[in-house]
Amino acid sequence: MRLSRSAKAVLGVVSGLVLLFIYTPLMLVVVNSFNADRTFGWPPKGFTLEWWGKAFDSPGVRDAVVSSLWVAVVATVISLVLGTLLAMSLQRYKFFGRDIISLLVILPIALPGVVTGIALNNMFTTILGVPLSLWTVVIAHATFCMVTVFNNVIARLRRTSAGLEEASADLGAGVFTTFGLVTFPQLRSALLAGGLLAFALSFDEIIVTTFTIGAGETTLPIWILQNLFRPNQAPVVNVVAVVLIVVSIVPIWLAQRLSGDSVGVSGARVKAD
Amino acid sequence: MQQRPPGAPRDAGAVPRAKAHAFSALLHRSPRLRLAALLTAPAGWLVLVYIAALAALLITAFWTVDTFTGEVSTVWTTENIVTVLTDPVYQRITLRTLWIAVAVTVIDMILALPIAFFIAKVASARWEKLLVVAVLMPLWASYLVKAYAWRNVLAEGGLLEWLGAPIGLSSPGYGETAVILTLSYIWLPYMILPIYAGFDRVPDSLLEASGDLGAKPLTTMRLVMLPLLVPSIIAGTIFTFSLSLGDYITAQIVGGTTQMLGTVVYANVGAANNLPFAAAVSLVPIAIIMFYLFIVRRTGALNNL
Repeated sequence: MRLSRSAKAVLGVVSGLVLLFIYTPLMLVVVNSFNADRTFGWPPKGFTLEWWGKAFDSPGVRDAVVSSLWVAVVATVISLVLGTLLAMSLQRYKFFGRDIISLLVILPIALPGVVTGIALNNMFTTILGVPLSLWTVVIAHATFCMVTVFNNVIARLRRTSAGLEEASADLGAGVFTTFGLVTFPQLRSALLAGGLLAFALSFDEIIVTTFTIGAGETTLPIWILQNLFRPNQAPVVNVVAVVLIVVSIVPIWLAQRLSGDSVGVSGARVKAD
Repeated sequence: MQQRPPGAPRDAGAVPRAKAHAFSALLHRSPRLRLAALLTAPAGWLVLVYIAALAALLITAFWTVDTFTGEVSTVWTTENIVTVLTDPVYQRITLRTLWIAVAVTVIDMILALPIAFFIAKVASARWEKLLVVAVLMPLWASYLVKAYAWRNVLAEGGLLEWLGAPIGLSSPGYGETAVILTLSYIWLPYMILPIYAGFDRVPDSLLEASGDLGAKPLTTMRLVMLPLLVPSIIAGTIFTFSLSLGDYITAQIVGGTTQMLGTVVYANVGAANNLPFAAAVSLVPIAIIMFYLFIVRRTGALNNL
């Protein structure tokens, strides 16, 4: 099939327009965070750093940042441990029910966030009678963050041979020594990549969070949602939104450079829900 | 295990270290025990936290709320399910949600096909890599921020009005159209990527053969490329369709008074405090998604996710 020059040009222009469509709204938020006009009409009327200053001085924003960081770090640590254990058992062993478990692990990202959210909310409040707090958010986030760690680690394990571990055992190393000196060094960058992705996912997750967070607690996305409809908070919301964009994209970018395994769309799904 | 240098004094750590050594030896002897040690925590977490929660959701849908105390009471009833399915209000919301999800899917398909084709088959190798990253990056930006960005774009006196003014178009304002636009925007990369991967897998030689046999580009596209592409397109629709179906944040941010199934679920968890009813409503998108997955299962689309 040979496309004419003009057909290629048309396709190129259409692709450019689609990319413009993808980037314009995000750029608009960035521009508006420096827009001197409070009503954020277009075109912007002037440049100011006032909103960035206000955001840094706002105790509400600071508390939300601290909560978001805390939740993301704890959820990441839990999902690193669980995701690695799961990947090692599914990749290195054959056992009854293995297929079911590998299906189970993607379920939290295969179902819409609203389903995961209400299921966990119902579990905590109705069935267990546990009051919602930041801990319940951590448990919810760890459940779906596990998938990104699992995906990264299992992809790495597939490419490394179990022979090295057997050799290590043959040479007299114990189970823990083998893990520490042979398995772990091979997994290190995959763990870092999975961990960064998990962190980014947790940091800006909103849907499951709205269902599992305790009254009076705020993470950064929750803060945005609460202040979105307050006109006098709009300038600061723009700034926080830019922070969210940066904090979620930078770890992903790092993770992609680190892992070498492409970060597929199904890994990204969590993000969406 | 690190060896103690000969003659070094016995330290306090020696006893636990000996225990760890014995444990390590035990694990070494039994692969089953090793597997159990690895698997118990993660599988337990998934089953106890997630599967139990889904099962409980299904059960809760058949309970009621005590109107006096506001507490969930474990009296069995199918009332919630019946209301969701037969009340015209909820039928309308279900149909509207379905319509939004279908519209979003169609729009994304139309936008994704040309750019995916361009990236996979027209762009040079260097550009191909760059463009894939350019599509992938915004996928990871916060969903909330993207919906918020569209609130800005659609606002009175905002960018869309300014762009549309010269050609006599105005912003649709906040409502159903805004929800469709915003959701199409948010899920677009999820459609582009699988379709791009699909185009990429079609061998060039096949297209050349079709051309050599006299087919015009459009004929080649219709008769050779499209049939090979169907699973990838369907994989894309699974994302756009099911993600739109469960949405409520976008509806809240740019939807004005537009209600979707997710809106009802959220309202019944929060303000109305009727968890059993919320659970019953949430079964609707689950059922629709399961049904859709069941239909498309045979096309092989599920392997393209």
